[in-house]
Amino acid sequence: MTLNDWLFGRLTVQAALPFYSAIATAAASIVVVGALAVVVLLTKFRLWRPLWSEWLTSLDHKRIGIMYVVLALVMLSRAVVEAVMMRAQQAVSYDSPGYLPADHFAQLFTTHGTIMIFFMAMPFLTGIINYAMPLQIGARDVSFPLLNSVSLGLTAAGAALMMISLCIGRFSTGGWSGYPPFTELAFSPDVGPDYWIWAVTLSSIGSTLTGINFAVTIYKERAPGMHLFRMPLFCWTALCTSILMIFAMPPLTVATALLALDRYAGAHFFTNGGGGDVMNYINLFWLFGHPEVYILILPAFGVYSEVFSTFSAKALYGYRSLVYATMAIAVLSFTVWLHHFFTMGQGANVNAVFGIATMLIGIPTGVKIYDWLLTMFRGRIRFAVPLLFALGFILMFAIGGMTGIILANPGIDYQVHNTVFLVAHFHNVLIPGLLFGMLAAVQYWFPKAFGFRLNEKWGRTVFVLWTAGFLFAFMPLYALGLLGLPRRTVEYFQGAYRPWTLIAAFGALLLLLGLFAVGAWLFVSVRQRDDNRVPAGDPWNGRTLEWSMSAPPPEYNFAVRPRVTGRDQFMRDKLGGMAYLRPDEYEDIEIPLGSAVGPLLGIAGILCGFGLTWHIWWMAAGGLLLSIGTVIARSFVRETTRIVPAGEVRLQHEAWLGRLAMERPASRDQEIAPSNRGLALADGS
Amino acid sequence: MNEKHDFASDLRTYLVGFALAALLSAVPFAAVALHRPRAQVLWLLIGCGLVQLLVHFRCFLHIDLSEQKRDDLQLILFSVMIVVLMVGGTLWIMGNAHRHMM
Ligand code: HEM
Ligand SMILES: [Cu+2]
Repeated sequence: MTLNDWLFGRLTVQAALPFYSAIATAAASIVVVGALAVVVLLTKFRLWRPLWSEWLTSLDHKRIGIMYVVLALVMLSRAVVEAVMMRAQQAVSYDSPGYLPADHFAQLFTTHGTIMIFFMAMPFLTGIINYAMPLQIGARDVSFPLLNSVSLGLTAAGAALMMISLCIGRFSTGGWSGYPPFTELAFSPDVGPDYWIWAVTLSSIGSTLTGINFAVTIYKERAPGMHLFRMPLFCWTALCTSILMIFAMPPLTVATALLALDRYAGAHFFTNGGGGDVMNYINLFWLFGHPEVYILILPAFGVYSEVFSTFSAKALYGYRSLVYATMAIAVLSFTVWLHHFFTMGQGANVNAVFGIATMLIGIPTGVKIYDWLLTMFRGRIRFAVPLLFALGFILMFAIGGMTGIILANPGIDYQVHNTVFLVAHFHNVLIPGLLFGMLAAVQYWFPKAFGFRLNEKWGRTVFVLWTAGFLFAFMPLYALGLLGLPRRTVEYFQGAYRPWTLIAAFGALLLLLGLFAVGAWLFVSVRQRDDNRVPAGDPWNGRTLEWSMSAPPPEYNFAVRPRVTGRDQFMRDKLGGMAYLRPDEYEDIEIPLGSAVGPLLGIAGILCGFGLTWHIWWMAAGGLLLSIGTVIARSFVRETTRIVPAGEVRLQHEAWLGRLAMERPASRDQEIAPSNRGLALADGS
Repeated sequence: MNEKHDFASDLRTYLVGFALAALLSAVPFAAVALHRPRAQVLWLLIGCGLVQLLVHFRCFLHIDLSEQKRDDLQLILFSVMIVVLMVGGTLWIMGNAHRHMM
């Protein structure tokens, strides 16, 4: 072994630089320039120190939640651009190679899928739950604040590996599901699958830890009187999602770990020869994969439940049935994973059982849809942006759900599996069912987090562009799928496909505009922040506890822990004239001190993942040692919390109460006017 | 006084648990050492393993049927159900595929 090998492993200039296609080079340059720009700006405005001490090392669940959402938005941008590139390729690749080399196209669908699932959707929902759930159950933080930061560090490390793979080397071409034997050494000897393995492994470990953290928080940290059946529905969906994470992520970690053993240690778990069996991988992967789609969708269901009830000024209809439906969905989601491989050789009876189980999920989902419709029935509905997303969701998700039930029939699945019919189906559930929910959540909770409302007009523009873009981009794919266009197709020779791919490309263009609109939405809102401030903290006449505090909330959330006597406690308080009372007594509050453990473990994760990918063993070992050292060093830290004295809490809280007394309550007609300062005229039911 | 009593009863449950756990481990070992028929050993092993699980829950993790332990018990039962679904389903699917593809 030469010194060069030892130092750099497989990393050589030819292997590393993305010169295999001009477009990849351009993409890599954009990432590098973007990263440099961030570094320069941070240096210029001297933001490194505050970034480190107030954000990256913070253990405050609210800040961790916000960082998760920022990560999700950054990754969303990349994944949408990649999606548009793929649609553009298919628009021009009738009887022609198009503008993308096949290998690059394959990387695109792999990174797009991997990013959307693991580094957009998961961080997004984790961030939203992190922010809102502790506030809703009346907690001061999650049960394990340090673990929370560690989960973020690991997830961000995975995302960083994704970004690094764009600039150094290449990514896997094996799809987001990474099926062997294609991803085995025999067929993919390059670094691509290794990048995929370590990025996904880091993210799956982070998500398992998050699931544990959230579930324990909901079990242990509820305010006095907050029985499980008094929790806001969002917390129920958060609980079910967390439990799904705990049980569903480990099979994925096992699958990627075994694949890594095949690739690194010459094992034969999933190889063609030597006694390997790919079916074991496929089974393990979907043992994770199906519950995963419910991990993705349940939190959005929770958001919609809050949104329907708040913007209809009514209590949620059928609360209990919604809870039971959520539980039923969570349990059923562990009984259907085989529908992802109907065609892979098991008998008809097995297929029938799993097909029927799949169709059963339609029942609790239907219950939910009716509950939401009945929540709006005779409510005083305001067509605010979150409600628009929720309405769009109901209409479009119903279609996506129906095509899902069609696919659940093994006979039909045999015809359309591996075509873009499937691609249409899962985007049809994921975009309205996940992304819209998260965007609605941003509009809904943003004023709580930052103290000012987001711009309504731009919010509506985002909604219109994403809805229209989605319909144009994905409805044609149902037709294309029935015509037989296989998914992941880089070039085709059927004239009949042409019109549909062109319509879909137009839709993708609208979606790209939609992405820009999201940027404009945030940008314009920040510029206009002084017109939209809601210091009193309750801009939507909210019903649940998170609206009972200032916006943004103090670090310790609740000056005094609330006592809960029923559902929608804050609405009860407002109607009974019991809201914003001056507490008799304050107590000292213990809050966690910041810690560098999370970011350090993230860095260790990047070093480990990068070193393993390129066979730079010293770097991988260094990363491992760094992580072990960090954990040991942490165990010597004696002072992990800080006390906010009762006097200081009193001062802050009374200052806010004093401010409240000066605000004029806003009626719902003034909801999006500057006169809505976050104090709501108490009405509703 | 009370504390002492608690300590004594705690110690007793741990000792009982330890004795049972040791016994339940020794029996399968003995069965193997005595060269009992294979099927018999397997069933014995599975049976002892399951009982061992209950002993650990009861004596070491202090899970019982009382009201305050209800949450924990429910979580354990739920976990058992999910694990049964995942492991049982996997065995069924893979066994079935094996038979069809051989
Ligand atoms: C912005 C709108 C989006 C567009 C235009 C888009 C477009 C595409 C395209 C063109 C493909 C490749 C289809 C093929 O194989 O022929 C694809 C695959 C995929 N997309 Fe999207 N997508 C979008 C949003 C999303 C979202 C929000 C998610 C998930 C949360 C997602 C998850 C996936 C997955 C998992 C794949 C499969 C990747 C693979 O084949 O391995 N996409 N998407
Ligand atoms: Cu599924």
